[in-house]
Amino acid sequence: MDMSHHQKDLWTVTFRVFRQKGNAAGHYDTFKLEVNPDEYVIDAVERIWAYHDRTLAFAHACHHSTCGACGMRVNGVEKLTCITPIHTVAKNGGITQVDPLRNFPVVSDLVVDMGSLYQRMEQVGHRPVLPLPEEPAGLPVRKNNGNEYVRLSDCIECGLCISACPVALSTPGYIGPAVLAGALQHGIKAAPALLALVDSEDGVWRCHSAFECTKACPSYVEPGTKIMQLRKQVVGERFANLFRSNR
Amino acid sequence: MSTPTNQPSPKNWYKWFDPRGRDLGTWAFILNRLTALGLTFYLFLHLIVLGQLAIGPDAYDQFVELLHSPVFIFGELLVVIAGIYHGLNGLRVGLTSFGIAIPYQKQIFIGLLILTIIGSIYFGITMFTA
Repeated sequence: MDMSHHQKDLWTVTFRVFRQKGNAAGHYDTFKLEVNPDEYVIDAVERIWAYHDRTLAFAHACHHSTCGACGMRVNGVEKLTCITPIHTVAKNGGITQVDPLRNFPVVSDLVVDMGSLYQRMEQVGHRPVLPLPEEPAGLPVRKNNGNEYVRLSDCIECGLCISACPVALSTPGYIGPAVLAGALQHGIKAAPALLALVDSEDGVWRCHSAFECTKACPSYVEPGTKIMQLRKQVVGERFANLFRSNR
Repeated sequence: MSTPTNQPSPKNWYKWFDPRGRDLGTWAFILNRLTALGLTFYLFLHLIVLGQLAIGPDAYDQFVELLHSPVFIFGELLVVIAGIYHGLNGLRVGLTSFGIAIPYQKQIFIGLLILTIIGSIYFGITMFTA
């Protein structure tokens, strides 16, 4: 069965897009587009920029869910817009709302400043590309024509989990799901300095088990589960420290 | 440069209770926070009631008589409901914190809601018919 929509099946969708420049108050602009429902939301946003309003600011790069740049809220739900088909978030003749991610400062329109996320990821030593010998799982290292394989981290640092997290919504100090999951890349045993950072008021204990991060993650990192694994490591390390200090 | 409404801030506390676009986990979080606030508020009320003892037995008895009104009984029922939910959700958070039943956290949440409703009905009938 051909699941694709042909040219004759174009939908008319009104996109309600958040706009904000400088210190001006935020507002919404609407753009009525003819779209193929099998296209992705980022395609519609690009078309708005290309044919309707060249001042629309948005971030994108790879178009295949690798760079993590095009995270937005579509109808209030965090989506990586390059892999979100329009027919999953819109109706023919309907309105689809596009907002910037929550819990990050808006730079312009749909672009947010995710500097805090990147800085914290560096703080926990998360690396997007990891040589296999350094993997926590200790997998056997294979060679490809003499070159070592490297593994790409699952986390693409898109920030969707931080936007979706109800706890991150309540305090800017919370380290956040992506960063806590990133801390597990090395684990506390391999990087003891992490303990002070994650075993804190704004670390693993701030999480309230809403698991919105796991729901939002487009890369199947399952940050919620990772936070729980990190908690186990923290508790284990605390116990171990009790015995160490008694020696 | 930034939108205050887009930022995590205690000033945007009302957004903590907005479930639009969110999954069941946010409902668990919202109810947890509401019941926590309710129970904290009750704790202060409780201390005020106990404070009547310092004034004297008559003042205390008069205040306790007031608490027998249906409005206060309903308030006490809300405290019981909040206690049941907050306690059960605490078990859910505790279990998942130790890596137990994480894939079933939604089902656990639905289960604890059902238990809270059953408990609410039981205590509602008991308290209003006593």
